[in-house]
Amino acid sequence: MEVRSQIAMLFHMDKCIGCHTCSIACKNIWTDRKGTEYMWWNNVETKPGTGYPTRWEDQNNYNGGWELKDGKLQLKSTSRGRIVPNIFHNPSMPTMDDYYEPWTYKYSELFDAPEGDDQPTARPISMVTGEHIDIEAGPNWDDDFSGSPVYAENDPNLDALSADVRQQMFEIQRVAFFYLPRMCNHCLNPACVASCPSGALYKRGEDGIVLVNQKRCRAWRSCIAACPYKKVYFNWSTGKSEKCILCYPRLETKQPPACHHSCVGRIRYLGNVLYDASRIEEVASSPKEDLIMAQRSLILDPNDPEVIKAAKENGIPDDVITSAQESPVYKFVMEWGMGLPLHAEFRTMPMLFYVPPLSPVLSGSKGDITSNDTDDLFNEIEKARVPIQYLAEILGAGSVAPVEYALRKQYAVRMYRRHLTVGDVDSATAERALFEADCTREQAEAIYRLTSLPKYEDRFVIPPTHREQAIEMLKDPLEHKQGTGFGFISPPMRV
Amino acid sequence: MLDTLFFVVLPYLSLLLFFLVGISRYRKRPFSVTSLSSQFLENRKHFWSTVPFHYGLIGVLTIHLAGLLIPDTILAWNASHARLLFLEVTGLALGILALVGLINSIKRRLQLPRMKVVTNTSDWVLLVLLLIQIVLGILVAINHSWGSSWFAASASPWLWSLFTLSPDTAYVATMPLLVKLHIINAWIIIGYFPFTRLIHVLVVPNPYLWRKTQVVLWHRDRKTVRIKD
Ligand code: SF4
Ligand code: SF4
Repeated sequence: MEVRSQIAMLFHMDKCIGCHTCSIACKNIWTDRKGTEYMWWNNVETKPGTGYPTRWEDQNNYNGGWELKDGKLQLKSTSRGRIVPNIFHNPSMPTMDDYYEPWTYKYSELFDAPEGDDQPTARPISMVTGEHIDIEAGPNWDDDFSGSPVYAENDPNLDALSADVRQQMFEIQRVAFFYLPRMCNHCLNPACVASCPSGALYKRGEDGIVLVNQKRCRAWRSCIAACPYKKVYFNWSTGKSEKCILCYPRLETKQPPACHHSCVGRIRYLGNVLYDASRIEEVASSPKEDLIMAQRSLILDPNDPEVIKAAKENGIPDDVITSAQESPVYKFVMEWGMGLPLHAEFRTMPMLFYVPPLSPVLSGSKGDITSNDTDDLFNEIEKARVPIQYLAEILGAGSVAPVEYALRKQYAVRMYRRHLTVGDVDSATAERALFEADCTREQAEAIYRLTSLPKYEDRFVIPPTHREQAIEMLKDPLEHKQGTGFGFISPPMRV
Repeated sequence: MLDTLFFVVLPYLSLLLFFLVGISRYRKRPFSVTSLSSQFLENRKHFWSTVPFHYGLIGVLTIHLAGLLIPDTILAWNASHARLLFLEVTGLALGILALVGLINSIKRRLQLPRMKVVTNTSDWVLLVLLLIQIVLGILVAINHSWGSSWFAASASPWLWSLFTLSPDTAYVATMPLLVKLHIINAWIIIGYFPFTRLIHVLVVPNPYLWRKTQVVLWHRDRKTVRIKD
């Protein structure tokens, strides 16, 4: 057993209102420089929808992530053997047109326009070439466009659904959508790191944050093709890859990442988990239907004395272990079984988990009036507008069981709380819902508290970084003075 | 006099620049060491420029290097006329491949507005130098055949005389003009090399083949740092 600590995240999709505040918070801090205009380290997608970059989930096209070849894990895009052709021209590399061409407006045209009968307009200009462009796509071009034949119906997750289910989803009275906020998952088996020929990408041992060393990146582009989530971006101006840094300068000072901090729906939770690093490869090679459970089995119980002992032997400080014991992510994922990784079938072992959304009550028309199509107070899971099979494609690696388990629990908590607060659900019904959801009253109470009433400190339990113990502090602090932090220590000049 | 300038002073100056600037750039401005790939901005034309260019050039350079390092083997190989012909034709074909790639690349950078944004003066100078060099190389191959033999027999000893610090221009003094121009331009490119994006050639990622799949870096020393309880 090799115990390591990893900062993990949990997004409660049921609470996301799709406001994009998270994306803007991130953009304002990190990606407002030349060459990064098109990058959204954090973005929010409408599902069903095509996403950003367009249809990123379709790995037959993008070739991201890992695949099992004769039981062995291999990168789909850039395995070692293919380095020579790929380094000249990578056939799996997305281009700017798969994302969108960033633009701004020439506002001066509003003032400079000669006097006339028409309103002056500011035409869009490309932020790459500076020339006028016609805008064709943007990072959230299909926002709220469920039911659209251009966007929603081209969602790659629909491919696995039966014709019946697909048709149902697009019936006008059933049209529904939800939001999928995405960012780098700081994976345990990162495809981006494994693919980099220069070894420029690395995972930080202490907290598992995945970073690109800007000084070692040589623009070989392998990481961009390899990440199945398309969360490494190419800065076309500096010729370097960039990605989400999980706001590590903030984390090191005990502040949550900007996207987490600013989240309006308060859907975001962050805390560390302890895991067994010696089993990563084995677990990542599990059969597809076992992936969700196998990944969970990698995460260790931070209260188990054996685990604590092994963690200490591996140099994990006491306060990091304590922090893991209080982690909200551990509760949602491990204790309650409600957190699921996004597309576990890509086999990168993502460390960002999602609580699947309970979709709204179904309505239909009875004569002239619209009425709820269910006898139940809350929508029954099987009758939900967003079919559970669809959610299973996104969050269950194709299996319905883990998604259903997570939904059933949310449903039970709602019934139970309704019984307590409003009283129109009788105790027997609430008990039955809890029983069916494998949930006790205490657990339901705890889930309710962490879902609906969490304070800032409950949502973000940030382990201390112990910078004071860093090697540079012990060996030669002066040599490394002014050497840390993000940003261009030497200006990004093209030579 | 001119021979000394072009075949003694220029080579040494270029080598000096190559190593001094190359090493100091790698150490002082590591952020600038990149191939500045433009595949992200345009994909299809990129394929038809980089792929032929790189394969062609790497092939041609390998043959040059063989002439330099193992001249005797090359001469022995060329003893048979058929084998000599084979080497000549391969070399010429590779040169033309590189030329096709380079011309496509120049066209791509001239035509596409996105490409213009990421091509600066230094890139243009480099492209022109490379164009001259490859065209000269092809002309030499056509006009002065059996280059693989005379390169091994006379250019190689001259280069060795440079490397062993006992420069002897006698080997090159009698060479045809085209060959001389090809050599002079080669030294200009070598001297200019570390100032350009060519620097990426020096950091080709060989360790990838044997390093561990995942890279994990620690900022503390796990064994010594933990305060013992
Ligand atoms: S999400 Fe992509 S970029 Fe982030 S760690 Fe995983 S593979 Fe790498
Ligand atoms: S800020 Fe929060 S609620 Fe708003 S879109 Fe982002 S994740 Fe959703």
